[in-house]
Amino acid sequence: MTFAANLPKEKLIEMYRMMVKIRLFEEKVFELYAQNLVPGTIHLYTGQEAVAVGVCSALRRNDYITSTHRGHGHCIAKGADVRRVMAEILGKKTGYCKGKGGSMHIADFSIGVLGATAVVGAGIPIAAGAGLSIKLRKTDQVVACFFGDGASNQGTFHEGINMAAIWQLPVIFVCENNLYAMGTRQSLVMRIENVADRAAAYGIPGVVVDGNDVLAVYEAAFKAAERGRRGGGPTLIECKTYRHRGHSRVDPAKYRPKEEVEAWLAKDPIKRFREKLIQFSILSDIEIQQIDKEVAAEIEEAVKYAMESPYPEPPEALEDVYA
Amino acid sequence: MFMHREEQFVRKITYREALREALREEMRRDPTVFLLGEDIGKYWGGAFKVTEGLAEEFGDERVRDTPISESAIVGVAVGAAITGMRPVAEIMFGDLTALAMDQIANQAAKLRYMFGGQAKVPLVVRTPFGGGVNIAAHHSQCLEAWFMHVPGLYVAVPSTPYDAKGLLKAAIRGDNPVIFCEHKLLYPIEGEVPEEDYIVPFGVADVKREGEDVTVVATLYMVHKALKVAETLEAEGISIEVVDPRTLSPLDKKAIINSVKKTGRLVVVSEDCKTAGVTAEIAAIVAEEAIDYLDAPIKRVAEPDTPIPFSPPLEQYVIPDEKAIIKAVKEIV
Repeated sequence: MTFAANLPKEKLIEMYRMMVKIRLFEEKVFELYAQNLVPGTIHLYTGQEAVAVGVCSALRRNDYITSTHRGHGHCIAKGADVRRVMAEILGKKTGYCKGKGGSMHIADFSIGVLGATAVVGAGIPIAAGAGLSIKLRKTDQVVACFFGDGASNQGTFHEGINMAAIWQLPVIFVCENNLYAMGTRQSLVMRIENVADRAAAYGIPGVVVDGNDVLAVYEAAFKAAERGRRGGGPTLIECKTYRHRGHSRVDPAKYRPKEEVEAWLAKDPIKRFREKLIQFSILSDIEIQQIDKEVAAEIEEAVKYAMESPYPEPPEALEDVYA
Repeated sequence: MFMHREEQFVRKITYREALREALREEMRRDPTVFLLGEDIGKYWGGAFKVTEGLAEEFGDERVRDTPISESAIVGVAVGAAITGMRPVAEIMFGDLTALAMDQIANQAAKLRYMFGGQAKVPLVVRTPFGGGVNIAAHHSQCLEAWFMHVPGLYVAVPSTPYDAKGLLKAAIRGDNPVIFCEHKLLYPIEGEVPEEDYIVPFGVADVKREGEDVTVVATLYMVHKALKVAETLEAEGISIEVVDPRTLSPLDKKAIINSVKKTGRLVVVSEDCKTAGVTAEIAAIVAEEAIDYLDAPIKRVAEPDTPIPFSPPLEQYVIPDEKAIIKAVKEIV
């Protein structure tokens, strides 16, 4: 807890609470899906909570993020209302997008969540554009751009990061490397081990962090954000992590070796952070149980809100095409 | 019939100058407007010189040369647009919008809708279309129909300096993504453009010439060919009404249908491929909504379904010319 040792206790507790919130939220979504209550598909964030929480804890409310198809965790970590996220996933009128976006397109512009795009890698130039907007408007905001290892093979990765680099834009490119692009192992589609090594090609810092260590992610993101705010330009942070479940609702993830899954489950980011908080006497067992209970109640309340919310009226499908 | 303006002198400028004036005036008016694109800055001034001199006035920050990265040019413009700026991106040739198509069709066009109305995407993508300059299949297409097919986009197709300036100003001030289609052969043409501020609203067609016998709907450079045809055929006693939609999305269906009601005959002319193109959509609308007013079949004059060839006789063969328009008109009068 070297760098993070200076963090206020409340901040650490808040980070823990947020990680649990994402975990319980996602498990609840999975449960609802199993009951056939979720239309379409879902891409759960379970196992990657330390990335979203580590990064978003280093951001301010008016900083921006761009998100992906696996985006529930990003939005919740940035401060989104879980009731409205859940309502959107269920296709309800009270959802963030009035039921027009669903699981893969949550946005909350009021807290800087510029939305999730489900085209892999498409958010990278958009994040650079938000960075350019910040530079032209001369504010001290930053943008965090989440994407996966798969997206780093898209042309938009090259074009977007290069543009952010040449213009020194305040963008934190956060690669969540969970080792698989859908079912394709990273080693089959790139000759390098670290996506962060690609940063050298753009003349920007590339950092590899343990993506299951929320404080390590926080530290890297905080430094990148400070660098961005000072006009130092973008940073590429690669967070090594793992999704606990398959790619989407139909995927049992049988392509992953059992030993690999077990090794990563043992590195569960929430379990690790919980142990650390106890070890450093930030929280007691009882306090942790209390937080877990409170969060579980919040998620139940979100489900209730979403379930009781009405569906949109069908003709609303014709609204919001143009401003 | 003809407007006489003896007392009032309206200056004439080129289509290129009209576009540049629109950009300059909007940049002076609104500090959130900025330009980005390949070679648009002080070293080159744009491949077709539309942005020449603007970097000198507004600086490199607001007239931003980019790498050759069409997808990121539009993607960056989308990101800037949803966070309070009004970017005007230039894609050097219309054909190259294909490189940016995800950002145009899946991002710019859909963010507002997908996010339940939270986003505004005030973004203009300017790009030149059209053939006639012997630069073959990667630099000559008219692809307006691609963008008409994407809900969430507006598509402007100005044919005159007046319309170019007024539509570009409207596009920049509007809150929706606009594909602003220019035409390479139009840049040097001159036309009357008043000095005072004005806009041309989207979705309002312009009757470029009134007539009684046949309605010819045309866009971009084809408007000028249609006007020449109208002049030629006047001598033969055939009166042509030339309707220029000015924007294909939104499309002023009413103006087209009103003209058809008057003439009872319709020829649709466009420089894009015939199949599933601009002429197909306009013909379908009239067939669906105004067939009772038609005294003859609808005729379409468009390109055959081929890429644009290089060699001058080949290219001239595929791009609709005045003879083709005359032939179509004579088939139905």
